[in-house]
Amino acid sequence: MTILDVNGESRDVAAAPDCALLYALRNDLGLKGTRFGCGDGLCGACNVLVDGRAVHACDTPLWSVEGKSVTTVEGIMASASGPTILESFVDAQAGQCGYCLSGIVVTAEALLRRDDSPSREAIAAALEANLCRCGAHARILDAIEAVAAERRRARHG
Amino acid sequence: MAERPFPQTLVDFPRVEQWISFDEAGVARIFTGKVEIGQGILTALAQIAADELDVSPSQVRVTSGDTRSTPNEGVTAGSFSVATSGQNVRLAASAARRLFAIAAATLAGGEAGDISVVEGRFLRGGSETGLDYWALRQAVDLTQPIADFARPKAPAELKLVGGAMARIDLPAKLGGAAFIHDLDFPDMLHGRVVHAPSLGARLEALDKVDLPVGARLVRDGGFIGVLCEREEVAVTAADRVTAGARWTANPDGDVDPERAVAETNAPRARSHEAGVPTAQAPARCFEAVYSRPFLAHASIGPSCAIARWTDGRLEVWTHSQGVMPLRAALANIFGIDPSNVDVAHAPGAGCYGHNGADDAALDAALLARAAPGRPVRLVWSRSDEMTAAPFGAAMLTALSAEVDASGQVTAFAADIRSPPHLARAGWCDGVNLLSALHMASPSPWPTILDLPLKFGGGGDRNAVPIYDFGHVIVDKRTAQAPVRTSALRTLGAYLNVFAIETFVDEIAAELGVDPVGFRLAHLTDPRARAVLERVVDIAPWSQECEPGKGLGLGLARYAGHGAYCAVVAEVEVEDHPRVRRVWAVVDAGLAVNPDGVRNQIEGGIIQSISWTLKERVAFEGAAAVSRTWDDYPILKFPEAPRVHVEIIQHMDEPSLGVGEASQGPAAAAVSNAIARALGVRMRDLPITRERILAALV
Repeated sequence: MTILDVNGESRDVAAAPDCALLYALRNDLGLKGTRFGCGDGLCGACNVLVDGRAVHACDTPLWSVEGKSVTTVEGIMASASGPTILESFVDAQAGQCGYCLSGIVVTAEALLRRDDSPSREAIAAALEANLCRCGAHARILDAIEAVAAERRRARHG
Repeated sequence: MAERPFPQTLVDFPRVEQWISFDEAGVARIFTGKVEIGQGILTALAQIAADELDVSPSQVRVTSGDTRSTPNEGVTAGSFSVATSGQNVRLAASAARRLFAIAAATLAGGEAGDISVVEGRFLRGGSETGLDYWALRQAVDLTQPIADFARPKAPAELKLVGGAMARIDLPAKLGGAAFIHDLDFPDMLHGRVVHAPSLGARLEALDKVDLPVGARLVRDGGFIGVLCEREEVAVTAADRVTAGARWTANPDGDVDPERAVAETNAPRARSHEAGVPTAQAPARCFEAVYSRPFLAHASIGPSCAIARWTDGRLEVWTHSQGVMPLRAALANIFGIDPSNVDVAHAPGAGCYGHNGADDAALDAALLARAAPGRPVRLVWSRSDEMTAAPFGAAMLTALSAEVDASGQVTAFAADIRSPPHLARAGWCDGVNLLSALHMASPSPWPTILDLPLKFGGGGDRNAVPIYDFGHVIVDKRTAQAPVRTSALRTLGAYLNVFAIETFVDEIAAELGVDPVGFRLAHLTDPRARAVLERVVDIAPWSQECEPGKGLGLGLARYAGHGAYCAVVAEVEVEDHPRVRRVWAVVDAGLAVNPDGVRNQIEGGIIQSISWTLKERVAFEGAAAVSRTWDDYPILKFPEAPRVHVEIIQHMDEPSLGVGEASQGPAAAAVSNAIARALGVRMRDLPITRERILAALV
């Protein structure tokens, strides 16, 4: 039994301490937005925030996140950031198959929490380790630029 | 809409009720055999149905690819779905609307022609009747034939088709359960399988394996897998089984699959010949050889399936492109009647062709047979997704041309070496699902033939130039390679368009003429001319490039029946070749969802740039060894160009497929841009830094 802080709630999971965070989130807690892509920490489909930093849930053991705050894409979409992210991605139609998107939202959230005016190049650089196979890159960058602009507008009026 | 023959699928599935149901309150449910593979097809079909029915798009739901309930529309492939299923849904929906309008007129008084429909409500002379589709449902006989009632709207009457519509599946995919991987059944077991290291290897022995607690080994001959209550335990168990499995040496030994293609002794067969040779000797002759490597589909989400056996019946959830052919193959393997197999589609990650989806369905069914009554969820490893799924075929295309004294091409020949591009379940006799090779009673492996040109071609797809080149010959040698090859987006068109469009540029350069003018001088199809003329208009084509930069061009009509697409790419070569900006113009006939068309064209261009600059399956002997994203890098965000796509809309023309229209032209645009920037012709794909350096010295 491991106790995790996920999306602001304390949760008990039956998984062993060396179980990858990914499987505990998906199968014990039903948080399916964190997706398996490679298991090698190379594609970003399983990204979650741990204390605000984007990490790969596929190679992060449960014991290493005990006492830390884990935020999944569901937590981000349910937060104050969520509606802007949804609207921006839908407006840009940023995605084709959509499998990579939840991990990209997590990486983008981590970036925007530390830099609210990233350049397009900075956004692309932050997404270096998030792979998209369908070629939706340009639209995804458009969507994240729109999220950043909307957040600046909301913050600074 | 131009006159077209009545679709065969509507002869086979003639009744309105086979395509549309109003049995749920407020919902118009469409049944389609086509499936979502990341391309947005369900959104386009919902848009077409909503327009014909005069309901709001939010009132439409779609059931797709389910052997229990949807019409058989074959395989979702070849960029045909909007053209074919779109037309089927259009006719079925228009027939439904007319049947309901007749019933509304009967009940409300007046003629069917006085009836209009707004968001599913029926109006007479503009006044509400209090009737809607659902109130009228019992008064309408939906067993009526579509053919007798279909009156699709004229282009001018369409309100939704041709306009923007947001993808109906995008919000869920952004942040929650949306994929086959996310299906969760009570009592579900987790499975993993251990595949052979190469196509020819067979299990020789399985050493005693110390499985983790709760893991169970499943075997059928050389098929090996594990079943567990918990997924992470299944992963660990599969790793231990992998370590204990000993495989026979590959009978193909050290045959390098790329060399097997290049050096094939397969007979040369004529695919196409048109025009007649000229009597005059040519003024100039040109020859060049182009090649591409094996490519992996490499979806971001690995192949997945869920299966359950109950009292001799098999249920399968799959992201296959064809639920009907998969059902037939599974029934064949297990020796049961197809009526005892239910196959339902659930969306996977982007598919890009015949990947591991069908193989995973068999794997899940084999595992589930060991746990009757329980659903078993099977996911492939990243390594299997990269190495065990069919590859896009390596190819070699040799071109030659003769040019007369006036600079006109009078003869053109293509000689193509390629393994087959189509090995789907249902295409060839026998069973071509991977694990069927390893079962105790292996199913006969089919003789795999390439798709003939009259059906769109495989290795020779798009080898017939779009240009008027006088006497045109296309020959194909269907090579045997010691790996599985099957459909990867565009099949042979990616290399053939790359080759022809690079060759045309090379000839124009040798003749000292403008590459656009040279193309136009050989191009009579007005729609091809229009996309070409427009793309050089919107790109900074006539501007001088800075040193190290170049603009290049590519043009094609996909497979001779799909969309027309012209692409200009701007490439900068510093340390590595980088595509900075891309412009494309597409003519897809009636673009049902223009933003969806733009998205497909953009995606095709970026994926093609990834293939063109980076991708190549690596082999040791005949075994693929590019198992991770480190071994098989694809284009990353910082490397992706900005893409500007313009559509030439034809509301009165049939829709033309766009999913595979841009890849070939984009590859040629990149190589032609590199030639302009550096003065070297890159004829072998991928165009890497190392190859450019080798060409420069």
